[in-house]
Order: sequence, then structure tokens, then C-alpha cells
Amino acid sequence: MILEMKNIVKHFEDCKVLHDISLGVDSGEVVSIIGRSGSGKSTLLRCATFLEKIDGGSIAYKGDTVAHTPEGAKTVYAGKKEMARVRNCFGLVFQNFNLFPHYSVLKNIMDAPVNVQKRDPASVEAEAMKLLDKMGLADKASAYPFQLSGGQKQRVAIARALALNPDILFFDEPTSALDPELTQEVLKIIRQLADEKMTMVIVTHEMNFAKAVSNRVIFMDGGYIVEEGTPAEVFDDPKQERTKRFLQNYD
Amino acid sequence: MSFTTMLATMSVGMLRTVGIFLLTLLGSLPLGMIIMFGRKSRLTIVSGAMKILISVIRGTPLMLQLLVWYFGPYYLFGWSIKGYRYTAIIIGFVVNYACYFAEIYRGGIEAMDKGQYEAAEILGYTKSQTFFRIILPQVIKTILPSVTNEVITLVKDTSLAFTLAYQEVFSLAKQISASETSFTPFVVAGVFYFAANYVVAFIMDRIEKSMGYYS
Ligand SMILES: Nc1ncnc2c1ncn2[C@@H]1O[C@H](COP(=O)(O)OP(=O)(O)OP(=O)(O)O)[C@@H](O)[C@H]1O
Ligand SMILES: [Mg+2]
Repeated sequence: MILEMKNIVKHFEDCKVLHDISLGVDSGEVVSIIGRSGSGKSTLLRCATFLEKIDGGSIAYKGDTVAHTPEGAKTVYAGKKEMARVRNCFGLVFQNFNLFPHYSVLKNIMDAPVNVQKRDPASVEAEAMKLLDKMGLADKASAYPFQLSGGQKQRVAIARALALNPDILFFDEPTSALDPELTQEVLKIIRQLADEKMTMVIVTHEMNFAKAVSNRVIFMDGGYIVEEGTPAEVFDDPKQERTKRFLQNYD
Repeated sequence: MSFTTMLATMSVGMLRTVGIFLLTLLGSLPLGMIIMFGRKSRLTIVSGAMKILISVIRGTPLMLQLLVWYFGPYYLFGWSIKGYRYTAIIIGFVVNYACYFAEIYRGGIEAMDKGQYEAAEILGYTKSQTFFRIILPQVIKTILPSVTNEVITLVKDTSLAFTLAYQEVFSLAKQISASETSFTPFVVAGVFYFAANYVVAFIMDRIEKSMGYYS
């Protein structure tokens, strides 16, 4: 199992945003998370990627527990070094890209592998060019983010995440900031990654896409996982009243 | 006094003015960074102290600060202040400008998109890598116009060193004008300040342009 989150609890001040959420992701699996706005989807990804600290439960990557909560005590995270090592296991693609505007496309992709992973620049560059080619952006290597369309930016962001060779890639509504025409070019890339057995967790409002690409779909509501199953189970035959109501709104 | 003699005398003052200007920048640009970090520190003692420092420095005239830096050690501790004049001038200018720069840096850093920090964190950058590779270059670009304003003000503010009877170009102009009953030294000083600021504006414009490759 690549990621194992158990009984995650997260508060913001007095507001409980995640209630006892458990999520395991196996190698090669594509998990989609759906749910209405404010249901805690982003918070769950942010907890998985350590952008937010959990208040209860445990997180393990590839069997190494990096956060756990002893009975009746506060959550304990692993040391700095261990966290840095585990951070290497995952990548995150943001809704609004968060490319580095002062770096060219190529440098956006190469900078972390060279300066964080300390890999050889020449081989990193070769790999980055291959990734750009795969993203259909080989001709944009020397462009700057402000010169790209939203869809192109998001593909660069995906390439940047992939360049670190993560074991699992998280997407938080990767197409929500994009015009409908640009959405498809990004979804196509993600679909291609799924075909290559990339392990992914995708928060999305694109129901047809989720249905097509995932092995498993999770429906969240009010900070709980309300329903979970194969796309056929969740989309075509939902058991829970709340899931049915949510899906109806999308028809 | 012939015009050439006057110019020769005043050019010594010009060099001194340039000296104050360069030393002040050299000291205050980095010190401003340190004060800004102190101001943003989670230790309330440190951030409180920096807040007070900044508000005192910004709330009092630089001329008064120079007098305090120079005469303070004597009146407060009875120390001898012989040969300390130039040091006092530089300290006064550096601390004053550092406080203004600190606030400019702070504004620039607080205007940064939180997503830049998060992206860097996810990609595994350390805190210092994030600051120096990702945040600072972008902050510099956004604050450059405000910094340019300060630097231009500094060129003119150097004349305040006359408060401590330091013979930079402005003091000399006043002296020569009085002794020669001539207006010319003021014209020379004016042309000098204007030319100096022209150079400053030119250089800052070049720097701004060099960062104009992205928006
Ligand atoms: N930093 C924060 N401080 C306080 N409350 C927060 C914070 N971030 C999120 N919340 C709250 O937590 C709840 C879950 O938010 P979250 O962003 O995880 O929802 P979401 O499912 O991703 O919604 P969306 O589909 O709109 O992105 C919301 O009620 C939100 O207001
Ligand atoms: Mg969200």
C-alpha cells in the first residue's frame, strides 16, 4: 500500500472538517474523490501532503508511519529528515497551478530534481524534455508561465510533479480553473498517466472523467466518507441517499 | 576663489557624499532584511522590539537621530566621542534606511501568493531554498519601485550629514557660498544631486528591465 490514512481527524479552530476518515491507496490505483463544496476534499489532500497537520489518526507512506496519534494525546509527526524523505513519495497538482513565474517552463521542471534531489542536471534535463514532449509542450521549454494558457500551465505543473518521480500523485481539482476547451487537454494527460499505472488520487467535479478513469470513487460529505466503491457502484447504483442527491444535481 | 578651485574643493565633498550614500545602501539593504525577519518573528519580544524600533525611527526626524547617535554616547555614558563622527553618521543613516527597507520587504513578502510556498514545500525545497530561490526573486521584482524611491530620497538625505558638521557637498557649498558671497556653490551642489539621481534612476531602471522578462 502506497498511502494509508487511518481515522483522520482535522479541526480548524472549533470547526471539525474531517471526521474519522480512512483512506488507503494501493500501487497503480486511481482514486477519485467527489463531493460538494466544503465537504473536506481539499483538506484531506492537504493533510495527506502535510500542508495541514492532522489532529487525530495516522498517516503512513509505503508502510512507514510518519504521523500517529497516541491514545489521548496530540498527533506526533516524524522528524525533519524522515519527513523530507517521505515527501519524496508524493506530488501534488494544485487547482491554480502555482508554477514559479520567474522560472522558464524547463527550469520549473528541472529546479527541484537538481536542487532538492541533487540529481545530475544533464540527465534531469533529458528527462524534463521527455516529459514536456509527453505533455505536448516540447516547443514551450523556454517560455515563461505567463506566456502559457491555463491548460498548458497545468500540464507543466503535472510535468514538474512527475519529474521528481513520485510514487503517488494527488490532484486537487486540476481543471476547475480552466475553460471547458482546456479541461480536456489536461484530463487526457491524466488519463494517459492512469493507463501507465500511475498511482493517483484525484479530487474532481468532472463526473464523467472520474467514472472513466478511476478504479475507486469516494463520495465525501460534511467531512465524512459517505460512500465508496467502483465507479459503477457509486455512479450507477449509489446506496446512500446523500450520494443519490448529490449525483442528481450533476445530471 | 576661481571656479576651478571651488569645483576642486567641492568635488572632495561630492566624494564624501557618494561615500555616505554607498555605505548606507551597503549596510541598510541587508540590515533591513534582518529587521524585517525580526519584525515577523514568532518571539513576541523580538517582533515587539522591532516594531518599536521601526516606529521610533520612522516617527522622528533623521536629523535628530544623527544628533542622538553622535552625542548620545557622551551624554548617556560619558564616553569620549572623539573620532566617532563618521561612524555615527553611517550608523544613523543605515539604521534609518534599514527600517524603511524592512517595511518595504515586509510588504513585498506578505503580498506573495501562499501557493508559491506550498508548491515549494511539496516539491521538497527547504525553508531557506524556498526563500532564496522562489520567494526573494519575486519579492525583489515587486518592491523594486519602492526601493528606487527610497534610494533617490537617500541621495538627497545625505545632505543631513551637515548636522554633524561633516563636510560633504552640501556643507561645503554653504561654507564656500558664505565666505565667497557667491551663489554658484549652490548651483554646483544642485547639479551634482540632480546628476547623481539621474544615474541612480538609470541604474534602477536597468535593474527593473532585467527583471521584466516575466510578469
Ligand atoms: N484554513 C482554513 N481555516 C478555516 N477553515 C477552513 C480552512 N480551510 C478549509 N476550511 C473549512 O473546511 C471545510 C472544508 O473545506 P475544503 O476546502 O476541504 O472543502 P472542499 O471539499 O475542498 O471544497 P471545494 O469543492 O469548494 O474545494 C470548509 O467548511 C472550509 O470552510
Ligand atoms: Mg477544494
